[in-house]
Order: sequence, then structure tokens, then C-alpha cells
Amino acid sequence: MNQSLTSFAYLVAAVLFILALRGLSHPTTSRQGNRFGMIGMVIAIAATFLHSGMDWGWALVIVLGVAIGGSIGLVVAQKIKMTALPQLVAAFHSLVGLAAVFVATSALNAPQSFGIGTPHHIHTESLIEMSIGLAIGAITFSGSLIAFAKLQALMKGTPITFRGQHQLNGGIGVAILLLVIAFVASGGSMVLFALIALLAFALGFLLIIPIGGADMPVVVSMLNSYSGWAASGIGFTIGNLALIVTGALVGSSGAILSYIMCKGMNRSIINVIAGGFGNSGDAAPVGGSNSEGKAVKHGSADDAAFIMKNASKVIVVPGYGMAVSQAQHALRELGDLLKEDGVEVKYAIHPVAGRMPGHMNVLLAEASVPYDDVFELEQINNEFATADVVYVIGANDVTNPAAKTNPQSPIYGMPILDVDKAKTVLFVKRGMSSGYAGVDNELFFRDNTMMLFGDAKKMTEEIVQALGH
Amino acid sequence: MTPADLAAQAADLAHQASVLAQNAAGVAAVVAQNAPPAAPFVYLFSIFVLACFVGYYVVWSVTPALHSPLMAVTNAISSVIIVGAMLATGLHGSMVAHVFGFLAVVLVSVNIFGGFAVTNRMLAMFKKK
Repeated sequence: MNQSLTSFAYLVAAVLFILALRGLSHPTTSRQGNRFGMIGMVIAIAATFLHSGMDWGWALVIVLGVAIGGSIGLVVAQKIKMTALPQLVAAFHSLVGLAAVFVATSALNAPQSFGIGTPHHIHTESLIEMSIGLAIGAITFSGSLIAFAKLQALMKGTPITFRGQHQLNGGIGVAILLLVIAFVASGGSMVLFALIALLAFALGFLLIIPIGGADMPVVVSMLNSYSGWAASGIGFTIGNLALIVTGALVGSSGAILSYIMCKGMNRSIINVIAGGFGNSGDAAPVGGSNSEGKAVKHGSADDAAFIMKNASKVIVVPGYGMAVSQAQHALRELGDLLKEDGVEVKYAIHPVAGRMPGHMNVLLAEASVPYDDVFELEQINNEFATADVVYVIGANDVTNPAAKTNPQSPIYGMPILDVDKAKTVLFVKRGMSSGYAGVDNELFFRDNTMMLFGDAKKMTEEIVQALGH
Repeated sequence: MTPADLAAQAADLAHQASVLAQNAAGVAAVVAQNAPPAAPFVYLFSIFVLACFVGYYVVWSVTPALHSPLMAVTNAISSVIIVGAMLATGLHGSMVAHVFGFLAVVLVSVNIFGGFAVTNRMLAMFKKK
């Protein structure tokens, strides 16, 4: 196929990818956007098949590869539980990272295929781009694997920290930079290439292990960003427009999401990456008092049902605990019953609720909660004052007034949902353990708070039953 | 030196110049044929920078409720790196390139199909009242 025609096809693909993201500005246009994305991908792949010099025997091998990978992808996408989305996305990121490493390896071994020189005589510029793509790709791969392991609970979510950690990471970073320079100066040494890859794998691993489980929304967004920059690096290496544009889109998307997540926790990205935040939140026994001897009021499902039934407005605040106990379906039933009784039901989502950006929205959507009942923090925070009941299910730190009142608190300055302004706060919790940040929530001890001890799903189901008769 | 000599020398020079010019034209034509279409770094970098700006504005317009599908779909589209994997596999490069290219094709195909499918599954759940 004519070279400029191929380039044109890649341009069309890039534009379609932009439209795919654009579609996500509203749920009604989002599926059309997704279709644009798929069409863009088909165009990019078709244009590459028609590349001059494509060997038809090997083209069949490509088709085979697409069939193998594609069927795995489709099966996984259909089977995956929505609560497991964060780890799926982390796993997908790792694949992009590894693919970038493989493509860089191919480009080093067969530069003529990409028009960047001949073996051992690769353009200097391309060597720089190649090694950058390689390093970022490798970091994305191993970093995402760790994020996956933590989210999938294959390894503990608690931060792993040791002395000299940051110095070690810094040292590896500098070593990678020096190796890149040496690699370029050597004109493309395979040994140096492999060393860069190994050190970058190690760095990705070391960067993520100190970051705690609940900081994963930031990590997953950050790795999203990395996978984009890696793609762009490879795009520069092989001079492909679609890849450069897409990499830039994905890179900035991940960066913006990381920023939003950090802002949701009032922490800097540096602070998150440095890691070590939060303790394991070991559960204290269920009891009526904390260290200061203040008593909490606890109630039963029947009490909760009674209070909710007599309310005119209920706001539900879901958190990661809802996802863990898969309570979203029971929660929707509860909402339906209340609505039948003429109660206004709304849902309030904190930006960092769950383990990835927008996780709660997907889980509620999965349980058929209409999206126009679901609100972001800024949209709904004023309404808590007019709510009769707030039902906090699986959230803790994002409701803690200490974020506003106690400058000593580790979460001070974090934007919170003002649930304390409501007439009654119902807190579903397994025990009196503190949240991820390891701080007590004074809300538990307020007069207008009623603790509902139990599993989020079981408790919600019991309330549904109690409402039933 | 007689005027006739001078004239002869001038004619000779002119002839040489015309031969050189022809050669140059020939070389230029060969170069033009073989050189990849001009894609110097600055040109690609300009596209990259502009695309970052496009990405910035487009992503800020994404509603927070759809941030999970956004991640899934960016994942799927960043798999357009399959273009590089396909060239590595399908062109006459080296065996190493064929093998690594093929592995990369398999990996990103998981991503392409899985990414778009899971995005679609998520988006289908978002319903109005």
C-alpha cells in the first residue's frame, strides 16, 4: 500500500481514538465512543497488514496470534467480576508494558523492518527512543504485576518499606540513565539493552511495593499513564503516528486521573509514590467503647429499617467495603423498597472510594442503580444537611470530620463527605477498627450515629427483610 | 591564452557542470525514492506535544462516573502498539524479531479484545432512571 495512504489510515485511527475518549463525557454517548475506538483499531491493523513488504506467510502467523490473544481477552472480559476490575486493569497494563519491551527488542534486532537503519547501524535518534520505550515499558510491566498481586491479594496490601529504599530506587534510576547513554554510544549493544531491561524491571517492582492497598487508585492511574508513555516511546522509534498520538492520549489520561485521585486524598503524588502510608488497620474487638471510654450506640437491622422507613431522604455512601462484600445488589433492593415508600434515595461517591477511579459507579451501575441517582462529592455535599438518614456502607476515612477539624490527623485537609450534617448516620461496619489511614473516626461516638455491626451485604439484606414486613 | 582557447575551456567547464548537474539530479531522485517520507524527530515531536494537549482537554471532559471505563478503554487503545508488533513479525527482519513480534502480538491482542469488551460491558450497565 502507498506509504502516504498508510500514514493517512493511521491518522484516521488516531482521530477515532480521540473520539472514543470524547464519547465518555456522558453515559449516553459512551458506547458510540467505544465503537469509534474499535473501528480505529481495525483500521490501524488493516493498514499494517497492507504495509509493503508484508510476508503473507508471517501475516498468517499474526492472524493466529491475534486469534489466540483475542479469545483469551474476550473470555476474561466476559468472566471477570466487576469487583475485580482494578486488578484486571493492572494486568492489562502489564501486558502493554511487556509488549513495548518485546517490540523494542525486535526493533533492535531487525531495524530495517522499521526503517531505522540496519543491524549494528541504527540511527542514534532511534536508539535513544528505543531505550526510553524499553525502560518505561519494563517499569510498567513489573510495577503493574505488583499492583495486580496486591489487588488480587496474592501479596499483602501493606506497604513494604526498608531503610535506604528511596536511595536504592534513585540509584537504579541513575544507573538506567547511564546505561541508556552507554547503549546509545555503543551503537546498540545487546548486552546493555538487556541490562537496561533488567534494571527497569527491578525498578518497577521496587517502586510499587512500598505503596499501600488503598493508595492503589493512584498507582493504577499512574501505571496507566506509564503504559501510554511507553507506547509513545515505541511510536517514536518506529515513526508511527497512531502510536505516538495514542500514547500521548493515554499518558495524559493516566496523569490526570492520578492528579484527581491525589487531590481526593489531599496528598501530593510524591507523597503517594514515597509510600508507606497507612497501617494494616487491625480490627479491634466489637465493643461499646474506645480508649477514651466513649460509648457508641449500636442498633439492629430492624432499628435501621424503622429509621429509614420514616425518613424522607436517604443518602447512601458506599466505599470499598461494599465492593468486598458484594453488597451492591442488596443495596439496590434496599433503595427500591425505600423509593416505593416514597423516600428519596441518592448515592454519594467520594473520588477515592474503591480501588480504582470510578469503581463505585461501575458497581452501582452493575446492580442497576440508575446513574442519575449517583452523585459526585461536589454535587451532593450540600445535600447532607437536608438528609434524614445517611447509610455509610464500607466507607470510613472519607467521612471522618477529623479531616476538617484536626490538623494533626494524617488525613487532615482531605475533602470529605459531610455525612455528620445529616440527622442520623447509620454506619455499617464489621468492627470498631479504624480506616485505612489508621485514625479513629469520631463520628462513631456521636449521638446521632448508630453503628450497625456486621457484614455489609448481610446487614443490608437484613434491613431489606425488615422493610419487607 | 588565445580567445579560442578560452572559449574551448569555457565550453569544457560548461559540459562538466551539466554532467554534474545531471548526476546530482539522478542522486536526488534516488534519494527521494529510497528515503522514508520525511519524518524528522521535530515533526513527530510536534504531533506528540499537540496530542498531549488534546488528551488533556478530552480527558478533563470525561465524567467522573466513567473513570473506570476510561481506564479500560485507554488500555485497549494503547494496544495499538500492535502495529509495531505486526511489522516485527511480518516483515523480513530476523528470527528474533519474528518471535518477539509474535509474542507481542499475542499479548496486546488480549488487551485489545479484552479492553474493548470489558469497556463495552461496563458501559452497557449505565442506565438512566
